[in-house]
Amino acid sequence: MTPAWVVRRIGFYVLVAVVLAFFAVPMLWLATAPFDARPGLGVHWPDWTFANVSTTFRHPYAVTSLVNSILLCVVATVVTTVFAALAAYSLSRVRIPGRDALLYALLLLSSVVTGTAAMVPIFVLMLQLGLIDSRFGTALVIAGGMLPAAIFILKDFMDSVPKSYEESARVFGASPRQVLGHVVLPVARPGVATILVWSFVNAWGNFLLPFLLLRDVGKQPAAVLLRTLQDEGGSANLAVIPVFSLLYSIPVVVLYLFVSKRYGFRFHGGIKS
Amino acid sequence: MPPADLRVRERATRDVAGLGMARAIGFVAPALLLIGVFLVFPALWTLYIGITDYQLTGPAAAAPSVVGLDNFAAALDDALFTNSLWLTALFVLGSAVVGQNVLGFTLAWLLRRVRPWLRRATEGLVLLAWILPGPVVAYLWFAVLSRDGGTLGLLLDDPTTAWLVEYPMVSLVVFNVWRGTAFSMLLYTSALAAVPPSQLETARLVGASGWQVVRDVVFPHIRGHVLTNTLLISLWTANDFTPFLLTAGGPNHESEVLPVLIYRQALEGGRLGYASAMSLLLLVGNLLIALVYLRLLRRRS
Repeated sequence: MTPAWVVRRIGFYVLVAVVLAFFAVPMLWLATAPFDARPGLGVHWPDWTFANVSTTFRHPYAVTSLVNSILLCVVATVVTTVFAALAAYSLSRVRIPGRDALLYALLLLSSVVTGTAAMVPIFVLMLQLGLIDSRFGTALVIAGGMLPAAIFILKDFMDSVPKSYEESARVFGASPRQVLGHVVLPVARPGVATILVWSFVNAWGNFLLPFLLLRDVGKQPAAVLLRTLQDEGGSANLAVIPVFSLLYSIPVVVLYLFVSKRYGFRFHGGIKS
Repeated sequence: MPPADLRVRERATRDVAGLGMARAIGFVAPALLLIGVFLVFPALWTLYIGITDYQLTGPAAAAPSVVGLDNFAAALDDALFTNSLWLTALFVLGSAVVGQNVLGFTLAWLLRRVRPWLRRATEGLVLLAWILPGPVVAYLWFAVLSRDGGTLGLLLDDPTTAWLVEYPMVSLVVFNVWRGTAFSMLLYTSALAAVPPSQLETARLVGASGWQVVRDVVFPHIRGHVLTNTLLISLWTANDFTPFLLTAGGPNHESEVLPVLIYRQALEGGRLGYASAMSLLLLVGNLLIALVYLRLLRRRS
């Protein structure tokens, strides 16, 4: 243990501590402010209370917006997962003419056409279709944006299901539907679960599209309402915002715990875009 | 019947599940329909709207006329647009190319050999910052940086600095590093696992310093990953709309990155044609980065 070694060790742990603090400090607010009788913007030891929780539940739009978030998310996630699974499966198993070009185009599209780059035409399109303030329409737009990446990730999974499984099932006289239900889906389940979580997290945090397309405050999801709470009368509604942020974060935190316990955060082409 | 059996066999090698071409196309169709309506069509429509004087309200909303390249000329002449290009470049360079890249690699490198609980705790925090919804993260940072009793003000015992107003771009860069480092950390962690331990061992034996090991042994192995990572995070950062939640482009356009400028021109200013012309530039930028990225992917596989 030379002095140089000791200095390096200390330097190392100081560096790790600084990084830990950098990431932890902003989150402390989310853990303490919801239960503080006098919530402020700064992190401090709270004066514990549950009064803010009931205030939040009495807020005219808080619960509605969380329900809207669930609605948007469930529709977008189900549409993305089901459509992507069907497409990925048949692209993986059947030589459709132009398949490789299609896959290349999908991969290109998924990164080039983002919500930000296409916000004007998407807004005009929905305006002309009369779908402004339609939660279902907004969910479909979100699903459309997620589909190319979802198909691509799932196709990788489907490709890794050995074709011999299906062949033997066919030899024993299974119908295509039975092959799909009893052979392919169980084997591809980790892939489907990945896409479910990935699309849920993406749709849950999506701000821009609901902000553009849902103008009626009663139809807005939590992502958009949070901004309204902040703007209300110029000053932030601090009795409601912390609890609301916490409630809004819980689903993704639960999913995160589930994913890291079940699968670990490994690489599936980047689980979040 | 051997011939028929053979024919089934032959078909089966191309179509093991017995889906058949018609059903296969039927399976792909719903996804392609949504992608067509909500991605391909808007992208093409941007091209057209960008060459018109389309407005949200007024006479040009009912009957827009084609103005050719006027919007592009106007954009290049517009101080707000050049300002926003410059800010976007700063944002991408500062928070993605340098910030997330360097911090992500440093974390991956440092956490290799620390105790498991410390490693899990750090990785967990970094990943949580990535997974929390954007609007919440924006608010968390608003709380840190606010002048009215924000955490940073309390920590520095300096209640007079309004960080978001006085240093808007620095705030955005720090915010985006906090939010996006997890991806680089994950990618570099898996890349580092592929560096042969024997080479690291040899380097240590001949007395190379930590920095020399990284530069001469590790870097040549992960060069491809560095490039891939930089391209991806640059693309995402350039298209990120969350700066709007933190500063809304203010004060006085000082943090108006391109996505925020497009939003404000289109929805607040009502100049849809003009905003589309600027979107087109973002699309072209994305296309260039994506093409380089796909080339790299192909070469590797």
